[in-house]
Amino acid sequence: MLYDACLGALDLLVQGDAALRDIALLSLRVSASATLFAALIGLPLGAWVALSRSRLRTSFAVLLNTSMGLPPVVVGLVVYLLLSRSGPLGALGWLFTPTGMIFAQTLLITPIIAALARQTIEDAHVGLADWFTSLGLTRWRRVKALLFEARFSLAVALLAGFGRAIAEVGAVMMVGGNIAGHTRVMTTTIALETSKGDLPLALALGVLLVALVLLVNGLAQALKAWMERRHG
Amino acid sequence: MNRIFRLLAVTVSAVALVVFAPTSSLAQDNAITVASTTSTEQSGLFGYLLPQVQKATGITVKVVALGTGQALDVGRRGDADVVFVHDQVAEEKFIAEGAGVERIAVMYNDFVLIGPGDDPAKAAGKDVVAGLKAVYASKAPFVSRGDKSGTHAAELRYWKTGSLDPATEKQSWYRDTGSGMGSALNTAAAMNAYILADRGTWLSFKNRQNLKIIIGGDSKLFNQYGVILVDPKKHAHIKAEAGQKFINWLVSAEGQATIAGYKIGGEQLFFPNAVKK
Repeated sequence: MLYDACLGALDLLVQGDAALRDIALLSLRVSASATLFAALIGLPLGAWVALSRSRLRTSFAVLLNTSMGLPPVVVGLVVYLLLSRSGPLGALGWLFTPTGMIFAQTLLITPIIAALARQTIEDAHVGLADWFTSLGLTRWRRVKALLFEARFSLAVALLAGFGRAIAEVGAVMMVGGNIAGHTRVMTTTIALETSKGDLPLALALGVLLVALVLLVNGLAQALKAWMERRHG
Repeated sequence: MNRIFRLLAVTVSAVALVVFAPTSSLAQDNAITVASTTSTEQSGLFGYLLPQVQKATGITVKVVALGTGQALDVGRRGDADVVFVHDQVAEEKFIAEGAGVERIAVMYNDFVLIGPGDDPAKAAGKDVVAGLKAVYASKAPFVSRGDKSGTHAAELRYWKTGSLDPATEKQSWYRDTGSGMGSALNTAAAMNAYILADRGTWLSFKNRQNLKIIIGGDSKLFNQYGVILVDPKKHAHIKAEAGQKFINWLVSAEGQATIAGYKIGGEQLFFPNAVKK
C-alpha cells in the first residue's frame, strides 16, 4: 500500500499539477512564516527564562514545557474566536486567510521553540557564566551572546517548530477554512481527500508532504554544514 | 554577531512583505466568503460551479465547507457573507433571529439510505421510515453524522417520524460519529453499517467497500437547499452587493441551468427549483 502511495506521489509530481503546487507552496509559506515569527518571540523568551534568576524560573520552564503539547485544534478554536468578526480581533479580517493561519501556527509553535531554546541555552550558559560575569555583561548582552553561541543547536529547535507547524491540521482547518485556492494546504487537502473516500490520493499526498519536510530538513542540514565550515 | 542580527531583521521584513502583500490584494470587494455544507463541497458541485460564477459575474467565491449548523453559526458571527445550506427549520430560525436577510430556495437533491450489500436488516423498500424501523429492529450497526448538519437533522427527523429515538436511548448499534459526510461514509464502509447520506456525496465517494444504496427516491428524502445573505445591518463589513449578485445568479435562468448540468457518471445531482419572482 505504501509502495502504491509512493508511486502515486511520483505520479502527482510528474503531472506537475498547478493546483497541487500552489497548495504545497502555501503550506511552506504559512509554516515557514510561522516558524520565523515564533523564532523571533521564542528564542529570546527561552533565553530570558534560561538566564532568569527569578524564583518563578522553574515554574516558567514547566509552563513552557507543558505548552509544547498544546492541541492544535484548541489553538485553532481560540484563534477562531479571537479572529471572528464577532471576536476581539475581528476588525483585522484575518479569519479564513493565510495570515490568520500563520497567526495560529505561530501561537502553536512559539512554546516549542522557546522550551527547546531554554534548555539549549541553559546548557550553554553553564560553561560561559563565569566568563560573562568577568566581562560584566548585562542580561540582554548575555542573551544575544548565548543565542549566537548556540546557533547551530538552536536550528534544531526551529526545525522542530517547523515540523510541528507543517504537519498540523487542526488549527489551519479551523482558522483557514480549507478554502480551495486560497487557504487549502497539504494537511487539509489530505483530510478532504480522505473524507471523499479517495484514500490512495490522500496517501500519495501524505508521502509528498513527508518528502517536502525531508527536503526542508536536508536543506537546513546543508546550510548548517556550510556555515560551520565558513565560520567554524 | 551584530551582522547576523541585522541579516535576521532584513529577512523578517522580507518575509513579512511576502506574507501580508497577497492577502491584502485578495480583500477586494468582489471576493465573498460563502459558508456551505460538506455535501455541496464534497460532491464537487462548487468545484464545477464557482468558475462559472466567476465568469458570469466576476465574483470570486471562497467556500468554507462545514455542517449546516456550524455554517449558520459562522454566518451569525459575521464570518461569511452568504450561507448556502440545507436545513429549512434551522434556516428559518436564522432569519427569525435577524441574522439573515431572506431565505431563498435554490435547488434540491435527495438523501439515500446506504447499507451493506446483503442488507442484513432487510431494510430495502420504498419508504425510508419503514427501512429505519427494520434497521432498529435488527440492531444492525448504523452510523450517524451526529454533527448538527442538515443531513443529521434529516436523519433525526426520519427516526422521529417512526417514533423511534436510538440517539437518546444510546443504543449500542447506533454510532454517533460527529463527523462530516465523507468521514462518516468512511466509518460506515469500515463497519459495514447503514447510514443516511446525500446522493451527491455518495456518488462521488470512492471508498465504498461493500456498501450500496438500500432506499432512494422516497419523496420524504428530498433535501432542499436554501441560500441566505447575512444581514449587513448586523455586520457592517458584509459584502452585501457582491453577495446579492451571487445569489441572483444562482436563481437566474443561467445559474439554474448550470446547476442542472452538473453530473457524475451521467447522473444529475442537484435539481434547481428556485421560485421566479
